[in-house]
Amino acid sequence: MSGVFQSAAMAPLEDRGGAAQPLLIARDLVRHFKVKGVGLGEEAAVRAVDGVSFSLFKGETLGVVGESGCGKSTLARLVMHLIQLGSGELIFDGEGVGAPDGVSVDDLRRQVQMVFQDSASSLNPRMPIRDSVAFGPYVHGKSKEESRRIAREMLGRVGLNPDLFGPRYPHELSGGQKQRVNIARALAISPRMVILDEAVSALDKSVEAQVLNLLRELRRSFNLTYLFISHDLNVVQYISDRVLVMYLGQVVELGPVDDIFSRPLHPYTRALLGSRSSMDPANRIEEPPITGDPPSPIDPPSGCRFRTRCPHAEAVCELTMPRLGQWLNRDSHVAACHMHEPGSGHTLAVGNA
Amino acid sequence: MDGTLMPQADIAPLVEIEDLTVRFTSREATVSAVNGVSFSVKPGEVLCILGESGSGKSVTLRAMMRLLPEKRTTITGRITIAGQDVLGLNARDLRALRGGLVSMIFQEPMTALDPVYTVGEQIIETLRKHRNMSREGARARALDLFELVKIPSPERRLDSYPHELSGGLRQRAMIAMALSCGPRLLLADEPTTALDATVQIQVLILLRRLQRELGMGTIFVTHDLGVASEIADRIAVMYAGRIVEEGPVADILANPRHPYTQGLMASTVHGQHRDADIQAIPGSPPDLRRMPAGCSFGPRCPTSQPRCREAFPPISHPSADRMVRCFREGEEAKASF
Repeated sequence: MSGVFQSAAMAPLEDRGGAAQPLLIARDLVRHFKVKGVGLGEEAAVRAVDGVSFSLFKGETLGVVGESGCGKSTLARLVMHLIQLGSGELIFDGEGVGAPDGVSVDDLRRQVQMVFQDSASSLNPRMPIRDSVAFGPYVHGKSKEESRRIAREMLGRVGLNPDLFGPRYPHELSGGQKQRVNIARALAISPRMVILDEAVSALDKSVEAQVLNLLRELRRSFNLTYLFISHDLNVVQYISDRVLVMYLGQVVELGPVDDIFSRPLHPYTRALLGSRSSMDPANRIEEPPITGDPPSPIDPPSGCRFRTRCPHAEAVCELTMPRLGQWLNRDSHVAACHMHEPGSGHTLAVGNA
Repeated sequence: MDGTLMPQADIAPLVEIEDLTVRFTSREATVSAVNGVSFSVKPGEVLCILGESGSGKSVTLRAMMRLLPEKRTTITGRITIAGQDVLGLNARDLRALRGGLVSMIFQEPMTALDPVYTVGEQIIETLRKHRNMSREGARARALDLFELVKIPSPERRLDSYPHELSGGLRQRAMIAMALSCGPRLLLADEPTTALDATVQIQVLILLRRLQRELGMGTIFVTHDLGVASEIADRIAVMYAGRIVEEGPVADILANPRHPYTQGLMASTVHGQHRDADIQAIPGSPPDLRRMPAGCSFGPRCPTSQPRCREAFPPISHPSADRMVRCFREGEEAKASF
């Protein structure tokens, strides 16, 4: 048991790779779902995640933003192995997930936990919440008494009095309280990483703020790493250290949060940021930054997937898919856009004076 | 009949709600969803009702169309739209009101549109029913409407089923249908909430332009301060079935008076510094089956006093066009979030 961690909760697994080793490396993750339907060919598939690579560094919060259908939730489920990878590789703290000499999926789930958007459907309606929270430690080998003690402590940590709330059933709690229970349950087995998939999106603003504060406090005191998925750019800006922007199953931009919000490189990121209200009635948005809806991920556009909505699209954008540049460390800021690739053939490409 | 009311006002209000209460009764409990709401909307004005879930904002809107299940709902108070007493209308007049004078758009176009008819057929049916138009005339008008709401290749989209359209196009089709009979009042219940960010702003700008061009009075229900700041002329903030503050949008956003409005603005994430906690409102809204005595925000209010538990605060007017319901209004030393 680690000496730093003096609580009743389960001891976190030790840091094996060292501080410089990213906690999670995703390499070229791909997952397509076959679909059938009138007018669709034999090979038709939703390209939900189509070649996604990123690194998640220890102790950071990586925000994942994108519109519905961009694959951000599929990405979360791939990381948890809730759905099988089509191809690609996940490396957790230096060890391949599922590889013969790597970390098993069970061990991965002991170290990575997830909180979902719908707080009600992720709790068993026939179980008092203290039992829901105690279930994780029990399954992972703690005794019944020990598991109950952990549950009591974790409920306290998320701001719910265990004597008052422990015996209650999910339907007796508000949405914000249920989400606190889900967070307590995720933390009860002392994971090192938590995936938050739109975890505050369904909450009212006043409650959302409470839960965001709680998440930040827990990250500090348990030394957690977050993968924070959200469609709300304001929330992502507030909570993230780095941001990954997805569009139709691919990463279009990745970088430190301040760089992304103050100097966005990709036209899609700029459009997303430009769609945010200024909260100033004297300064309303007069023209939409881009028109139309995102295309279907079943048959995405050739070349750059954003080209059908991009104001700067040229011939090269239709012919070749832009590559996300190489990122080296936490400070790298890269975008998959021909305009930012010297010699790409785009007239606005950097270096084409 | 229209325009003959209210001789003292410069323009007769299009909508007047007086002391509206809505209660849902079941065997187990009575839910007090709306508890004495009064407001008015002038022709061509956009009122945003801002509130969190359970605040009664959607119920107020539905009561105005009498869409709530009659057997289980008790409505008291007065609803007057263009001089008509809505609560007293018979079934026939109510149908005429719903189709012609007042239109409503919803959050989920997929459930508001009929999945087994093309969107064109649904608009044509509306026009034939309410406007007695010929099939050809109605189709031509439907095409005009699709162009008005900027649906690309409108001719082809008229013959599409709802599931064949993207979320943004479905919402545009629903707006086209709502505008088909030239309503004077548009009721919008979170119409952009389910849309993606880049699509939401497109629909919002479209609604703002149409509302201005057609001069419709609009009541726009939302939980999103950002949306309200993009479209509202006036804002009414609802909490636990009551309007706690009302006024012009710029004034409210610049200088909120009610502690709830202040808390709501402080807890809305918008460019806060990342090193500091967000100022959240503690606790959660009251149970509408067991409303607290006195001010419903009292249990969560940082400035609460004993008198706040005794009665709901009276109306005060910090300026001519502002209304707020807080005992501490006008007092200098107001603690704030």
